[in-house]
Amino acid sequence: MDKKRPVNLDIGTIRLPITSYVSILHRASGVILFFSIAVFLCLLEGSLDSEQSFNDVKALFNNPLCQFIVWASLAALAYHAVVGIRHLVMDFGLGEDSFESGRTTAWVALVLAVVVIALVTGWVYLW
Amino acid sequence: MVTTVTSLGRSGLSDWMIQRVSAFVMTAYLVFIVAYLMTTPDLTYTQWAALHSTLPMRMFSLLTILSIAAHAWIGMWCVLTDYITVRLIGPKATALRIFFQLGMMAVTLLYVVWAIDILWGI
Repeated sequence: MDKKRPVNLDIGTIRLPITSYVSILHRASGVILFFSIAVFLCLLEGSLDSEQSFNDVKALFNNPLCQFIVWASLAALAYHAVVGIRHLVMDFGLGEDSFESGRTTAWVALVLAVVVIALVTGWVYLW
Repeated sequence: MVTTVTSLGRSGLSDWMIQRVSAFVMTAYLVFIVAYLMTTPDLTYTQWAALHSTLPMRMFSLLTILSIAAHAWIGMWCVLTDYITVRLIGPKATALRIFFQLGMMAVTLLYVVWAIDILWGI
């Protein structure tokens, strides 16, 4: 392969559609989740170890840093799951017929993700 | 291509399928856990431990952590082989990418062992 062949697709110079932003955020949230697995396993381990550690996990939410880490992990999970379900729906042939429908489902997924993240925020910070 | 050697299913089609099946399992688990927590507002340690010591729940959790491992492996492979490339960051990219890929694989396997230890240690 010619190593000096020109590369014309300079993404930085292109105005991206909503589908691109939804997709790149799906990737970013996926990478965050790779590290969040450790957070979830910590919570699972603590909650199952003993009655004492179960209460310690509940008390973790009083620490602002711990609370934020759990919130960020759940928010990433919420976004990744909602946008991931959009992918699964499209794999079944729904909404992948045109760019217009792709754009619509991207917006729908984004709005749904924001709603779910709002619910997660309420659960972590208010409940 | 060198990159396919480190992909989970050794083929794009296989990875594609594993990614979808694992996504389905994880979504089912997530829906179940959220529904359980919502219908059990004052959850106690006894209830939570009892739920996780039943064999079906252990199997469901095990299936989910295996799905997480496969899904994370495929997803991280996509990201690493897309961005840590010779074109984007120069000739050291291949060595750097292999380093991150091996780290990712090690962490993924540790997650699985850790989860099994938690689930069967109740």
